[in-house]
Order: sequence, then C-alpha cells, then structure tokens
Amino acid sequence: MTNQELAKVANEVRKGVVTAVHAAKSGHPGGSLGAADIMTYLYFEEMNIDPADPHKADRDRFVLSKGHAAPGLYSVLANRGYFPVEELETLRHIGSRLQGHPNMNDTPGIDMSTGSLGQGISAAVGMALAAKHWGDSYRVYTLLGDGECEEGQVWEAAMFAGNHALDNLVAVVDHNGLQIDGTIDEVNSAMPLADKFRAFKWHVIELADGNDMAQIEAAFAEAREVTGAPVAIIAETVKGKGVSFMENQVGWHGKAPNDEQFEQAMAELAAAGEEL
Amino acid sequence: MAEVKKVATRVSYGEALVELGNEHDDFVVLDADLAAATQTGKFKTAHPERFYDAGIAESNLMGLAAGIATTGRVAFASTFAMFAAGRAYEQVRNSIGYPHLNVKIGATHAGISVGEDGATHQCCEDIALMRTIPGMTVVVPADDVEARACVRAAYEFEGPVYMRFGRLATPVINDHEDYEFKIGRGVVVREGSDVTIVACGLMVAEALAAAEALAADGIDAEVINMHTIKPLDERLVVASAKKTGRVVTAEEHSIIGGLGEAVASVLAEQHPVPMRRVGVRDVYGESGPAVDLLHKYGLDADGIEAAVRSVL
Repeated sequence: MTNQELAKVANEVRKGVVTAVHAAKSGHPGGSLGAADIMTYLYFEEMNIDPADPHKADRDRFVLSKGHAAPGLYSVLANRGYFPVEELETLRHIGSRLQGHPNMNDTPGIDMSTGSLGQGISAAVGMALAAKHWGDSYRVYTLLGDGECEEGQVWEAAMFAGNHALDNLVAVVDHNGLQIDGTIDEVNSAMPLADKFRAFKWHVIELADGNDMAQIEAAFAEAREVTGAPVAIIAETVKGKGVSFMENQVGWHGKAPNDEQFEQAMAELAAAGEEL
Repeated sequence: MAEVKKVATRVSYGEALVELGNEHDDFVVLDADLAAATQTGKFKTAHPERFYDAGIAESNLMGLAAGIATTGRVAFASTFAMFAAGRAYEQVRNSIGYPHLNVKIGATHAGISVGEDGATHQCCEDIALMRTIPGMTVVVPADDVEARACVRAAYEFEGPVYMRFGRLATPVINDHEDYEFKIGRGVVVREGSDVTIVACGLMVAEALAAAEALAADGIDAEVINMHTIKPLDERLVVASAKKTGRVVTAEEHSIIGGLGEAVASVLAEQHPVPMRRVGVRDVYGESGPAVDLLHKYGLDADGIEAAVRSVL
C-alpha cells in the first residue's frame, strides 16, 4: 500500500477507536489514537500475518505491552479482517471478545494477553528468544508506552534482550509525553529513553513523527537491516491524534466521549478522510 | 534399623529435568541466578544450549517463560518459592495464569526448612498465593520419587503448574514398584480408622512417623499424601473423613490459605468433622538448622501427634 492509502486506513482505525470507546462508555482513546498509525503500518505493511489464519506458526508476533491501547489494536485487527468492524461496538461489554485489555484466548489476532504494564515486553522477548532457539524465522514487535517505561520490568526485559542480541525483536515506544497523573516530566520521568536502551545494548531509532507514514516506513525499514541487537524505535507521537479536543490532553488518557463529543470526533475524522 | 535414604526434592527436580531433556527438545529451562541452589544447574551442565539465565530478575523470568510458551513449547521457570510465588505473583497471575500458558514453575527452597537463611527466604505463603490463581495446578511432592514423577507429569500436563520443592534432604517413602503419580489424585499411604492425617511435602513422612507412634497407643491413623493441593482430591478427603470422623492436616506452610484451609473448605461444605491444622501459625520463620526449626514450629511427627491427640 502507498503511504497515503495507509494513512486512509489509519483514519478508519481512528473512527473505530472513537466508536468503540463511545459504545463502551469507557476505555483509552488517547493512546489508541496516538499509536494508530504505527499499529496500522505494522498490520497492513510490515508484518507477515494472515487474518484468515491467526495462529499460523510462522506469523510475525505483536505484543501490545501498553495493553490499555486495546481499542486501537482491536480497530486495526477489525479493519484488517480478523473480525467484523461492527464488533468494535461490543468493546468492554459483558460477553464480548473485546476485553478492556487484550486476551489472547478471546480475540483472533491477539498474540499475548497484556494490560499490566511492563509485562508485555517480557513476553515479546520470550517469543523472540524462542524463535532464535528453535530456528524460527518470525519477527516480534511490541509497543510500549513512555509512561510504561517507569516499570522496572521493562528494563529487566531490555537487559535480557540486549545481552542475547535478539535482532528479531523491535520494541516501539509510543512517546507522547503524557500519562494518567500528568506529563511524564511531572510524574516520574524515565527519560532519556534512547540512551537507556543504548546502554542495554539495543540499536535505537529515533522516529521524529510517529504519526507520519513515510517516517514510520523508514524506521521499520532501518530496523530490518539491524543485526546483532534488538531495535528500539522511540516514536514521538501525539496522544489523541486526529481528534482536535483530545490531542495532547492528559484528561483523554482513559475517558470516553459523550454523544456530542462522539459526533464531533467522527465529523473531524470524516473530514480528514475526505482530505486524504 | 536400616539407614533411611534421604534426598532433597530440589535435587530430584534438577535430575528429572536432565532425564526429560534426554528425551525431549521442545522445552527450555530458565533460572534467575540460582541454578546451583535450585539444581537446574544440573540441566545446564547436561543441556547447556537449552538453559537460559534471566539473572536476578524474576518478573522478567516469568514473562520470558510466558512468551516462550505462546509458541507451543514448554518453559520451566525456576527460582526460590519466595520469588516465584511472592515477588513475581502478579506476573504469574497475569502473564501465565490468565492466558493459561504451558509454563511449569519449579519453586525450590519452600517453607521453613530453608534453615539458616531465615525469614526473608522461608516462603510459607506460596501455596496460598498460587492456589488463588484460576487454572493454576499446585503440586507439593512428598519425596524424591514423587518429585521426579511430578516433573514429568507437569511437562505432559496442559496448562500452568506450580511445583514446590524443598532444600532439606528428606526421607524417600515412595520407592516401591506400585507407586503411581497422577496430578489431582491423593494417595492413601496408610489405612486407618480413628483419624485422618492429610499431609503434603516433607510432612507426609512425618505423618507416617506420627501414625506409628499413635499406633503404639492403639490409635489407628489413616495418612493421605495430598501431593496436589489444587485441584484437590475432594472425594478422597470426604470419603476418609466419613470413615474416621476426625481430620488433621499437616503442611510446611502457613495455616492460612494452604492445604489445611483447602481441606477445611471441602469438609465444611460436604462433611464437617472436628479438625486440626498443623502448619506455620501466622508467623515469620527465623535462622537455624532446618530440622531444629521444623521441631520448634511444630512441623514434625511430634507436632502432628499432639494435634491428633487434641482432636480425638
């Protein structure tokens, strides 16, 4: 797909996020919208996957370590054909396959159950290690929050991956600078992230605009060329991207839009889709 | 009297892994810088390419094991019980238990028989923690024979298993030809009619010794080796309680949340009988020689015998 086509898909993904969170009356729109472009690129361009065969053995794996961005991942999966887009409206409802945080046993396309921060990257490292151990060709991708990097387990995992030179692993940090209690700086900053990953023997790619498809494409292309080290992509993103009143707002980390806000958000996204 | 053969179940664990590794290459063993103590070092020596050390990072240890298990292989994750069930509880719950992955946790140095290291390392809460996790199987082998059988059974079992091993060398009691291990099925190791002693781990041998002492006074105790705490063999517990009318539990673990409470819950709902629980009575341990500590905390034949006499 061209980058413009991918951007159109990401816009559809955003509509799905807003729709799902609105229907759920709770959930995390901010991070889901901010990371929509990266997750869209992964599932529509980068990864070797087959929506008709979600468990195929040689598929590339994706672990949403920042599991609260589940609406974003669900919307990507639905738009990619893993399940009907209409199902997004069941998010967080009793009996739904779309749990508040991803469960690999419920939802087609989910490779690991996540939600408790810091744990997903460890599982991703385990998957990458297993691929190396048994000679499997698949690659492993994981998406972390920048706030999540305050969890000690992230660095336990980073240490292991670096020491084992897991070059089949790419960890993307969704660096939007915000977390629940405020800005990263106000709360307890884990910055500078690039230096930390380098110190743990990772190859670091700094992605200046993680909402720009061309730059995302270049970052993942560079990651593929790296040998002998895991790759961290520090992606600068805008939390809430695509919905004007949610952008860069701490308050939209984990809050659903009311009916009026929903209409406005969908109108903005529709207009953005027309422009693309 | 012939010298009783004694083996620490952690040694059995290490040796059983080596044997399993000789037969299968679809599993790996992970440790957290305690391979010499947990005895996974034996596996490391025999199969170095299939051993991974997570270093002193137990949270990541469990996450690595979970990730490996998502690929359809088995991962054994080993460290002390304190760190496996305690420090990494939430990783075990959310990354292993919730997705019901094929991770086999080999937790050694459980209970007060850790000895000299003292309270920080004497985990008497691990059974309680692990049995609260939905879908988790919890096994506490009684001796060398059972520990080896349990490792093999865990490997073949579908789903997460917590295996509890000890540091102290303890009597081998199951070294007979008709011994059979099946997860979830308790074993009557001594038939009796006056009282039932339900024990696990090193307390099974102590329960047998207590039963012999009681027999001298004409008290006929039934002894059940309840190696699987979860799922508990409820039918066996109830049947034995119906027969004897008195139950004593014995475990090297807190009386809160362990075997004793598991048995008590079953009996309270299905067949209430007078009961006593032998275990660590809501206190921390301390440093000292293991055998002396077990005696001090009432975790031996004397303690079980006293409990039996108090319930008759």
